[in-house]
Amino acid sequence: MTLDLILFLILSLIAIATALGMLLSRNAIYSALFLVLNFTTVAVFYLLLGAPFIAMAQITVYAGAIMVLFLFVIMLLGAESLPKAEVLPWQKPLAGILSVALALEATFLFITRARPAGNIVAPAETANMMDSLREMSMMLFNQYLLPFEVTSVLLLVAMVGAIVLTRRERRVHQ
Amino acid sequence: MFLAEPTHSGFFFLAPWLVFAPVIGLLINLIFGKRFSETMIGTVASLASGAAFVISVLLAYSISVNHGELVRWQLAEWIHIGDLQLDWTFRVDSLSTTMMLIVSGVGTLIHIYAIGYMHEDVRFKHDVGRYRLFFIYLNLFIAMMMILVSGDSYLMLFVGWEGVGLCSFLLIGFWYEMDTLGRPSLANSNAAKKAFIVNRIGDFGFLIAAFIMFWAFGSFQFDQVFEAAQHAAPGTILAITLFMLVGVAGKSAQIPLYVWLPDAMAGPTPVSALIHAATMVTAGVYLITRSAELYTLAPQAQYIVALTGAVTALFAATIAVGQYDIKKVLAYSTISQLGFMVAAVGMGAFVAGMFHLITHAFFKALLFLSAGSVILGLERGHHHAEHAHRGKGKKGKHALSKVEGRKEERSHEAQEEVFDPNDMRNMGGLRKTMPVTFWLYIIGTLALAGVVPFAGFWSKDEILLDASLRYPIVYWLLSIAAFFTAFYMGRQIWMVFFGEPRHGAALHAQESPRVMTVPLMVLAFLSLVGGALNLPFEGFHNLGHWLEYTLHEVEALPLNYAVAGISTVLALLAIAASWYIYGRNPLRAGEIDPLKRRLGAIFTGAENKWFVDELYQAIIVTPFVKISQFVADVIDWRFWHDWFHETVIAGTYNWVSNIALNRYADQRGIDAFANGLAGVTQWLSATMRRIQNGFVRSYALSVLLGVVLIVGYLILK
Amino acid sequence: MVPINYYIILSAILFTLGVVGVLIRRNALIIFMSVELMLNAANLAMVAFSSVIQSFSGQIFVFFVIAVAAAEVAVGLALIVEIFKTKRSIDVDQMSSLKG
Repeated sequence: MTLDLILFLILSLIAIATALGMLLSRNAIYSALFLVLNFTTVAVFYLLLGAPFIAMAQITVYAGAIMVLFLFVIMLLGAESLPKAEVLPWQKPLAGILSVALALEATFLFITRARPAGNIVAPAETANMMDSLREMSMMLFNQYLLPFEVTSVLLLVAMVGAIVLTRRERRVHQ
Repeated sequence: MFLAEPTHSGFFFLAPWLVFAPVIGLLINLIFGKRFSETMIGTVASLASGAAFVISVLLAYSISVNHGELVRWQLAEWIHIGDLQLDWTFRVDSLSTTMMLIVSGVGTLIHIYAIGYMHEDVRFKHDVGRYRLFFIYLNLFIAMMMILVSGDSYLMLFVGWEGVGLCSFLLIGFWYEMDTLGRPSLANSNAAKKAFIVNRIGDFGFLIAAFIMFWAFGSFQFDQVFEAAQHAAPGTILAITLFMLVGVAGKSAQIPLYVWLPDAMAGPTPVSALIHAATMVTAGVYLITRSAELYTLAPQAQYIVALTGAVTALFAATIAVGQYDIKKVLAYSTISQLGFMVAAVGMGAFVAGMFHLITHAFFKALLFLSAGSVILGLERGHHHAEHAHRGKGKKGKHALSKVEGRKEERSHEAQEEVFDPNDMRNMGGLRKTMPVTFWLYIIGTLALAGVVPFAGFWSKDEILLDASLRYPIVYWLLSIAAFFTAFYMGRQIWMVFFGEPRHGAALHAQESPRVMTVPLMVLAFLSLVGGALNLPFEGFHNLGHWLEYTLHEVEALPLNYAVAGISTVLALLAIAASWYIYGRNPLRAGEIDPLKRRLGAIFTGAENKWFVDELYQAIIVTPFVKISQFVADVIDWRFWHDWFHETVIAGTYNWVSNIALNRYADQRGIDAFANGLAGVTQWLSATMRRIQNGFVRSYALSVLLGVVLIVGYLILK
Repeated sequence: MVPINYYIILSAILFTLGVVGVLIRRNALIIFMSVELMLNAANLAMVAFSSVIQSFSGQIFVFFVIAVAAAEVAVGLALIVEIFKTKRSIDVDQMSSLKG
C-alpha cells in the first residue's frame, strides 16, 4: 500500500461520490456544484498522471467556464420543477438493468481480456512541468496544427451558432 | 384436255358450248336484260337455246361421220384428291346426242313460243318486269339439262340432275306470291316446294346408288363402272339399280313419287311443256337407258322397273279421266306416258323407250303449248267480255298498267266469282273461235292416242310389242292404260272444242298470235312424221341403228300386226266411247260431268286423284311435322336449351364462377390473403409506430440496449 | 505505483454513472451534465493511457476534446434556452412532439 495507491483510492472515492451526488440530487444547482467538484477531482487525477497542462485546462475550461455556463442557465431557467407524473414507468428499471449489464460486460472484458499494461509512473519521474509543456506545445503546433486551426474555427462556429440561436426575431409587422 | 384421238374429225371441240351458250344467254339477259325490250330478251334466250341445238346437230353429225364412235372431251379437272380423280368430261355418243337434240330442239321451239305467251301472261298477272326473269330461268334450265345429258360420269349427271331440279323449283314457283288464278296465295310456292322435296326423296335414292357404286367400283365414270360391274356381286348390282329406280321415280314421276307433277302445273304453260313433258321428266328414262349394262345384269330389278312403269301408266290414266283442269289432264297423261317409257326401258327395250321419249316430247309439248294457247285465248276473251260488258271499249288483250289492272281485277272480283281459265267446264266451242289451235290440238291428241300414222302410234306400238314378248302382265296393263289415254284425250277434245261455249270468256276467246302458233305447227309436223325415226320395217330402224352405237345390243323387231291392230282398235274404241259420253250431248254450263252421273263414287275417286295426296299427308307429312315440332319444342327447346343449357351448363358455370370462384376462391381466399397481408402490415406498423414515442430518454435507452447487445455479441464471439 | 487498470476501472465506473444519468433524469440540464461526465470519463482514460505509453498524443487529444466540449455546451445550452422559451419547461418528457 503505497502512498500513490492510497491517494488514488481516496480520490476515486470522492470522484464517484460526487458523480452519484450529481445524479441523485433533486436540486439542479446542487447537481452542478457536485459536478464541479467531480471535475476538480479529475483534474487532480490528471496531475497525478503527469499531465499538468491538461489539469489546468480542465479546471479552467470545464470547471471554470462550462460549469459556470451551466449554472447561469440553471439560474435562468429555474430549478428543477417537480414532475407531474412518470410518463415512462418502465424507463428507470430498464435503464438500471441495462447499465448493470454494461458494467458487467465491462468487468468481464476487463477480467478476461485485459493484460497487464504497465504501471502509472509517478509524476516525479517525469520531466518538470515546463518541459512537458514545451514538449506538448511543440507537438501541438507541429504535428497537430491542422486540428488546432480547425478547432479554432469550430469554436468560432459555435459562438456564432449560439448567438444566432438566441437572437430575437425581429417582427416586421406593425 | 382433248381425250379423243386426233384421228377423229368433227366438231367435238364444240361440246362445252352446249352448256356455255345457254349460260351466256342467261348472263346477257341477267346483266343487260333490264334495258332490253321483251322481244330482245326472248330473242337472246331463243338464240342461246338455238345455238345449243345447232351444236347438238353438229355433234350428231360428227358422231355419224365417225361411225358412231364415242368421244370424250375433258373440260376441266374438278376434284383431284390423292387417288380420287373426278373431272368434268363431256361424253358425246349417239345416246347423249339424241337427248341433246331433243332438249335443245324442243327447248328452242318452246323459247320462241314463250316470247308470245309470257308477253300476255305477265300482263294478265300484272307484273311486266318479271318477263326477263322467266327467260333467265329457262336458259339456266337448258344449261343444266345439257350438263345432265352430256355428262361422262354419274357425278356430272347428278350435277345436272340437281340443277334441273332447282330450275323446276324456280319455274314452278315463278308466280310465287299467287295461285293459278292470280289471287294472293301460297299455292304456287307450295307447289314448287312440293316438287323440290319429293324430288329430293328421289335424289336420296340416286345418291345411295351412287355411293354404293363408288364404294364397290371406285369410280363414277360410265365406262369404268360398266366394266367393273361385269365382275361385281349380283346383290350389289341389284341394290344399285333399285336405288336408282327410286331416283327415277322422283324425277320421272312414277309411283310413289309422282305427286309433285300435277301440282307443278302451277307454273306457266311453257314450263309445263318444256320441263314437265319433254325434257326434265325424261331424265329418269335417260338414266336407265344409260345404265343399260347395269340393268341387264339385274333381271329382278328390270322386272320391278317395268312393273312400276306399267302400274303408274294405268294409275295416272285413270286419274286423268276425272280431271277438269286442262293442264292437269295433260299432267296425268305425262305421268302415264312416262310410265310407258319407264316400263319400256325396264324391260330392256331401250330403243322403244327412247323412241317414245322422242315422240312424246313432240306431241306432249304440242299439247301443252296448245293448251296454253287455249288458256290465253280464254283470258283474252274474259277481259274482252268484261270490258265489252262494262262498255269501256278497251280490249282486254292490251296491257293494262299495273295499278289500273289491279284495280280492275279487284273490282271485277268484287262483283263476280273468280274466273279460272284452266277449267274445261268454262270452255266449249273453241273450234270456231280458235281454229288453228283446234287443229293443232287434234294432231297432238291423235298422236298421243296412238292413231296410225301419227308418231305416237309407232313408238307406243313398239313398247307394247316388246311387252307382249317379255312380260305379258305389263302388256295388259299398258294396253288398258292406252285405252284410257285415248278416252280422256277424246273427252278433252269434246269438252274444250265442241259444243257451245259455257262461259262468256269462251264465247269471246281469241286466237293466239303467230309467234305462238308457228312453233306449234313445227311440233305438229314432227308429231306427224316423227314415226319415221324408227319404223318397224326393215331398213327403217334408224333410231335403233343410231342407238346401237351406244347400247351395243339392239333388237330390231318387225311390225306385229296383231299387236298393232289390237292397240289401234282399242284407241278407236276409246275415242268412240268418249264421243258417246261427251261428244253426242255436249256439256252445258253448270251441268255435272256425265261420267260422274254414271259412275258416281268411282268418278269422284278419280276426280280426287284417288286421295293419294291426302294419304301422304296423313301418313307422312302430319306425323313428320308433329315429330319435328316435338323435337324442336320439347327436346330442343325445353330439354336441351332450357334444362341442359340453362340449368346445367349455364347454371353450373354461374355457380362455379360466382359461388365457387368468386365467393370462395376469390373473395375469401385470395382477397382474404391479400387483405390479410395488408392487415398484417398495418398491424405491424401500428405496433412498431409506438417505438417512436417522442421521448428522448427512450431513444437513448434503445441506443444503450444496442450497445449492450453488440458488446455482448463481441464478447461471446 | 498505481496500475493502469485501476484508472480504467474508474473511468468505466464514471462512464456508467454518466449513462445512468442520461437515462434516468428528466431535467435536460442534468442530462447534459451527465453527458459531460461521460466525456470526462473518456478523457481520464485517454490521459491514463498517454501516461503509460509516455506519449503526448493522448493529452493533445484530450485538449481538443475539452475545446470541442466547450463549444458543444455553448450551443447545447443555447438550444435548451430556446426550447424553454417555447415550452416553458425543460422536462425532456415534455418534448415529445415528434412522436409517431
